[in-house]
Amino acid sequence: MSKDKCFHCGDDCSIEVYHDDKVFCCNGCKTVFEIFSENDLTCYYDLEQNPGATPNEINGKFDYLEKEDIVNKLIDFQEDSTEIVTLYIPHIHCSSCIWVLENLHKLNKHVVSSQVDFPKKKVTVTYNTEEFSLKSLVELMSRIGYEPYISLENYGQAKQSLDRSLVYKIGVAGFAFGNVMFLSFPEYFEVTEYWLEQYKPVFRWLMFFFSLPVVFYAGQDYFKSAIKGLRSKILNIDIPIALGITVLFLRSTVDILFNLGSGFFDSLTGLVFFLLLGKIVQQKTYKFMSFERDYKSYFPIAVTKINSEGKEENTQVYEIERGDRLLIRNQELLPVDGVLMSVSAEIDYSFVTGEAKLVKKVSGDKVYAGGKQSGSAVEIVAEKSVEQSYLTQLWSNDVFQKDYNPKFQSLIDKISKKFTVAVLSIAFSGLFFWLFYDASLALNVFTAVLIIACPCAIALATPFAMGNLLRIFGKNGFYLKNTNVLEQMADLDVFVFDKTGTLTTNKKSDISYSGLTLSEDDKMVLKNSFRNSNHPLSRELYSFLSSQNIQDSESFEEHLGEGIISSYNDHTYKLGSAKFVSDHVEDASLSTAVHISKDETYLGKFEFDTVYRKGVEPLFESLDSYYKLIILSGDNEGEKPVLTKMLPKTTQMFFNQKPDSKMHLIEKIQSENKSVAMVGDGLNDAGALKQADIGIAISEDVNVFSPACDAIMDASEFYKLDKYVSITKKGIKIIKLSFAFSFLYNVIGLYFALTGQLQPVIAAILMPLSSISIVIFTTLATQYISKPILNEKLSKHD
Amino acid sequence: MNVIYGLLAISILVALVFFGLFIFSVKKGQFDDDYTPSVRMLFDDELVKDDDAKVKDKENSNNQQKQS
Repeated sequence: MSKDKCFHCGDDCSIEVYHDDKVFCCNGCKTVFEIFSENDLTCYYDLEQNPGATPNEINGKFDYLEKEDIVNKLIDFQEDSTEIVTLYIPHIHCSSCIWVLENLHKLNKHVVSSQVDFPKKKVTVTYNTEEFSLKSLVELMSRIGYEPYISLENYGQAKQSLDRSLVYKIGVAGFAFGNVMFLSFPEYFEVTEYWLEQYKPVFRWLMFFFSLPVVFYAGQDYFKSAIKGLRSKILNIDIPIALGITVLFLRSTVDILFNLGSGFFDSLTGLVFFLLLGKIVQQKTYKFMSFERDYKSYFPIAVTKINSEGKEENTQVYEIERGDRLLIRNQELLPVDGVLMSVSAEIDYSFVTGEAKLVKKVSGDKVYAGGKQSGSAVEIVAEKSVEQSYLTQLWSNDVFQKDYNPKFQSLIDKISKKFTVAVLSIAFSGLFFWLFYDASLALNVFTAVLIIACPCAIALATPFAMGNLLRIFGKNGFYLKNTNVLEQMADLDVFVFDKTGTLTTNKKSDISYSGLTLSEDDKMVLKNSFRNSNHPLSRELYSFLSSQNIQDSESFEEHLGEGIISSYNDHTYKLGSAKFVSDHVEDASLSTAVHISKDETYLGKFEFDTVYRKGVEPLFESLDSYYKLIILSGDNEGEKPVLTKMLPKTTQMFFNQKPDSKMHLIEKIQSENKSVAMVGDGLNDAGALKQADIGIAISEDVNVFSPACDAIMDASEFYKLDKYVSITKKGIKIIKLSFAFSFLYNVIGLYFALTGQLQPVIAAILMPLSSISIVIFTTLATQYISKPILNEKLSKHD
Repeated sequence: MNVIYGLLAISILVALVFFGLFIFSVKKGQFDDDYTPSVRMLFDDELVKDDDAKVKDKENSNNQQKQS
């Protein structure tokens, strides 16, 4: 077998399909190439190497798009014969993708135009509905390997308008800041010159008008937040900021009104501008990811229902009622709990549990929502509606209603209380001192203290330090929801891990063979039989067995959910479950196995062992010295001996945990006043991830879906979790250090303020200087401390 | 003396025009996607090449048809 890479998708080719001197791994990839070459779109392959994806089978998958009410919920705009739709396409990953999707009109003349939004992985398509429809569009895209992902979430989703107010505010503040700077510049030099004296009032009033929108529009959030803080009796950082802005504005207005000075409009506009910059830096978002997902993003919009006349029709999943008969095709998700009517089904619950092995069900068994049927279509009778199903019920729990953690107090909140009290007491003692000493200066000093103590640099330290760490983490494959998560991560007591899919990987299995030695002929028959089967275990075994002559066996029969019977040279081979292969084999082991017999004599079995992720052992060892470690598993205790041997002795383990018991366990630990991080992956961890102070979802492919959480981590980064945690701890130290720096600036400023010598020019120098130096310091320092993860990234590629 | 007032008015007007343009472009969504346009602008060349390829391809297919 050669190791050729598929020209289209870049996968290793196990079966080679040739076309036009190019190698493809399957007919699907070849077809896409043919479509592109027929339509002169082969540039697709010039832009990037192997950019494509193997198209999935779509037989009947999108039939529900024929229903008008469903289509109407999905499209953005419709008029006459023009429709506009925005579709989410997980596969968008490179410039070739953008190119081919924006050239859709070359593939089909009914497509008018298409535009890709790369960061969001979305494409907006305008098309003509006269001879075309949403269904044909979706099918066209699926055929070329760009299958849109349409889930229940899209259904009835309000088209939210983007909030661009922060950009407007920055625009306003920046515009005013620049202009005020120019206008106040002549007065910095305190020259008494005829022209300057003449125009002073004009310049000053212009500055006043420029600062009006800054105070009343750009800075309004600070006032709102300060009032909110006062109402709930919390002295937050926005109170001294709002106080500073107010005093700056009033004092400046009074100054120019009575011709006392040029006012502090330059510092005022600069302050608001810098503060807003900090806000935008902090707001780093990963547009293609969502941290708020619930079951709706996994579930389909519609399923096939068999109506009372025995005919198939598409129905919206919310309309499913108890007793409805549903047809679930290969790779379709069960939307509701139900009872299986067909003889047998094999259900993949990896969405729910993270366990990739198929679960076999026979007629009459209960099947739960969230599983994926694998194999031929099966029929079930619904027992519950979508919202009442076992899995989806989890989301009606209170945990999912609250969206913030009331216990959490950020570093800045803690410090702002002391800060506000200190500033106010200094300001008032200054006021009283000067009232007795020189009353004419008293008000000047009082306002000067409030102006100079305005905590611009303090307010910038956290956004820039944390914002930069967030970006660095994101580049390495650890995506955090916001900067608060980072702060919480530095303050943890307990780490809780899910086992299946989190500590173990569901991509690879360790396969071992035990039993009689297999002859070359046997191996050949096995390899051929596995090749013909679509069962995931067969595929794994096919790639496990060494290369053999490909020769079709004489007969091949696949019994769904049981095994394969194939014959070759008058020998009959049975491969599959223990019961299917032979009556005399007891299947005592807890692990998954494929048994083999030849002419009714038992040969042996292939066992699949769970593979733990790389670096689990050292990770636990290093975390063990600082944190309490707990393992929560929905599985049986089969892996307990392995885990006890592998992990530190102090690690607690709980098995047979249900989704809600995982959640309650975390609640229990939290009630002991402990901060908990939950690391999990499947939908069954969703409750626990949400309940925990920090929920980290491990994902093999961050473009695919993960449950609601605070952070999504690329599975390949898992072993570095301890490093990430220690970096965040250092990050907190950096913030504290920059607080110290800004206090130093404040002390210098306070000297000028308290002695009554604060000139506008000093404020105008001190404020930007402190802010910029804090920004530079935090950025460089965070870059430095995150070296450990960056270095390793490099060495990994060497 | 009036010149200064005139100049001030003009300079502020120019500044306001640019400010207005900025607000307009934000409203139009030009700042929503800051990556795709940077890739898209490079594609024009590809399309030209593609047109050439189209001509060649057609010739090829014509030739092939003739041969068959």
